[in-house]
Amino acid sequence: MIATALTDLWHGFGVALEPHNLWWCFVGVLVGNMVGVLPGMGPLATISILLPLTFGMKPVGAILMLAGVMYGAQYGGAICSILLNLPCHPPHAVTCLDGFPMTKQGRGGVALGLTVFASFVGASWGITEMIFLSPLLVKAALQFGPAEVCSLMLLGLLAGSTLARGSPLKGVAMTVLGLFLGSVGTDLETGSERYTFGMTELDDGIELIALALGLFDIAEFMSSVNQIAPINTKYTNVRLSDMRPSKADFKKAFFPMWRGTIVGSLCSLIPGTGPTIASFVAYATEKKISKHPEKFGTGLIEGVVCPEASTHSSVQGDFIPTMSLGIPGDAVMALLLGALMIQGIVPGPQLISQHPDIFWGLVASFWIGNILLVLLNVPLIGVWVKMLAIPYRFLYPSALFFVCIGVYAANNDFFQVGEVVVIGAFGYVLLRLGFHPAPILLGFVLGPRFEENFRRAMLIARGDMTVFVTRPISAVFVALCVILIGTQIYVRMRGSKSVVPDVTDHGGPSPPISPELQPQRIPVTPAE
Amino acid sequence: MRPSSLIGSLVRKRDFYAGGLMILLGLGIALKGATYRSGTLMHMGPGFLPTALGVILILIGIAIGAAALAPSDGQHDESILPPNPQWWAWFCILMSPVAFIVFGRFLGMAPGTFACVFVAALGDRSATWLSTIVLSTVVTVFGVSLFSYFLQVPMPIFTWGGGL
Repeated sequence: MIATALTDLWHGFGVALEPHNLWWCFVGVLVGNMVGVLPGMGPLATISILLPLTFGMKPVGAILMLAGVMYGAQYGGAICSILLNLPCHPPHAVTCLDGFPMTKQGRGGVALGLTVFASFVGASWGITEMIFLSPLLVKAALQFGPAEVCSLMLLGLLAGSTLARGSPLKGVAMTVLGLFLGSVGTDLETGSERYTFGMTELDDGIELIALALGLFDIAEFMSSVNQIAPINTKYTNVRLSDMRPSKADFKKAFFPMWRGTIVGSLCSLIPGTGPTIASFVAYATEKKISKHPEKFGTGLIEGVVCPEASTHSSVQGDFIPTMSLGIPGDAVMALLLGALMIQGIVPGPQLISQHPDIFWGLVASFWIGNILLVLLNVPLIGVWVKMLAIPYRFLYPSALFFVCIGVYAANNDFFQVGEVVVIGAFGYVLLRLGFHPAPILLGFVLGPRFEENFRRAMLIARGDMTVFVTRPISAVFVALCVILIGTQIYVRMRGSKSVVPDVTDHGGPSPPISPELQPQRIPVTPAE
Repeated sequence: MRPSSLIGSLVRKRDFYAGGLMILLGLGIALKGATYRSGTLMHMGPGFLPTALGVILILIGIAIGAAALAPSDGQHDESILPPNPQWWAWFCILMSPVAFIVFGRFLGMAPGTFACVFVAALGDRSATWLSTIVLSTVVTVFGVSLFSYFLQVPMPIFTWGGGL
């Protein structure tokens, strides 16, 4: 068991070290690190923009690059939080609490240095978990019939929409909307057109790229434009020599780092709880078991490394259900899965055995990518810090061009550029009404497969709906769904706050003008 | 909250609109879905799932709207508009892809890119004509070389009257 995993991993390193794959992995983490640093761009927005560019690439290179953007952004986001006190990216919001005070004391470099180290530890743990857990999950999942797949998807969708930030009810509404949007176009089984209103361009359904770019780019730009304050670069003067932690710092950070890692990996096992929740839970745990909890918030290194390690461990862990079951936990994973589907690869438990190159190459590239990120972040810290100063007024028009040309290039069709405008405007309305558009993508990507499996399950069971509760594995999933909903209702009745406080502004981007002037911003992306 | 202004406070409630929008969407989806063949549970037609989703959306919409009836704690931002609405910037951002479509279709990639970035950049409060033109030119040069020469996107750089 372990031996086969290691041989496969060896094979994976072979794939990931092929020059062109290595190159795309490097491009991915570089771009990821960059957008992580830039206030106003998130990994979701960036992956959407890069998605059309991957059409011409081989599947392995494409997925390596897009995944690189995802975890690369986590490294960059930490820089933003620690040096600027800007929670540009939700998972790093709690890092601000102790990271920025450290910066003010002139110890920002140390915080960054240890963060990079803790991130690497967390990520390595997550990857190891992925290597050994995924094959086990696949073994179980191969026994699944359509009924089981259906209830598992239901569980994934429910978890993804209710455990994320914001109102669970609104999350479910967005998931249902996403499922519906996934059904637009020609019906796979009967060939009849649905909701196309006579537009032949809609026969193939709504374009995933148009949906992602509209919801995560256009709508984001609309809520961030003219809202981003010029950045205070007073503390951003960090040099490489500042990053070396002293022995005492390292000692203090060692155990919190591991605790954070464990918390993160546990969180990643629960579907729907992304890195944001992991980092909050890790910080809260660390504070609780600390001997001096009152000092948290004044610049403790423990308060920096623990959530960062947790974030990274959970980001890597999130790939487990996505890759082994084909059930994404959040919008970023849904987008990556969509990228695979565009390449003609069917996600699901058969992915690892049918496309070992992709799975093991990806796992190996995580390690290579994380090493690259450490190399990129430590000596080049000065460059990243300078990038913080790029004004948003240059950023968003350029990004809009990438949006337009990207959608166009997907099918060489201007109709879809128009689609983006409509979806973007609608997405902004949803944002203002307090909806998080991320679950839409989750529903959209899973929708067609859900419908297909549902139909098949009903056909096999001769239209008997009880099949979902009479088959044991399916019954477990359904029971979990019921527990999930029950807990939500219970929590709501008790009137307590959700797990994650809404400290951050929305999604990736846009630090508010000033915390006092800014009313509560709507968080968009639950778990980037 | 003054009890006399119950209706006034209802109108200001964001969730009220949120629920309403979901009900409307659900209604639209379900009514349209009902025109497709729904089939039986065993042999589902194309209309079955969308109609069901529409009905679920209506129910959720009612629940969201009903939750909004509870008195507000006054802590949350209940307004639909942000504190400083950016109508002009929003307009510019939405018009930017439209400019790309129009100019790109009839004049080619370079004019399309220029128009797209130009219109978008006008939305920023601190934008000047000069900075906007400079930014658009830079992005056009970079974008056209990247997408037309390097990535070979099939779109003419210059054309006249929609050669596509």
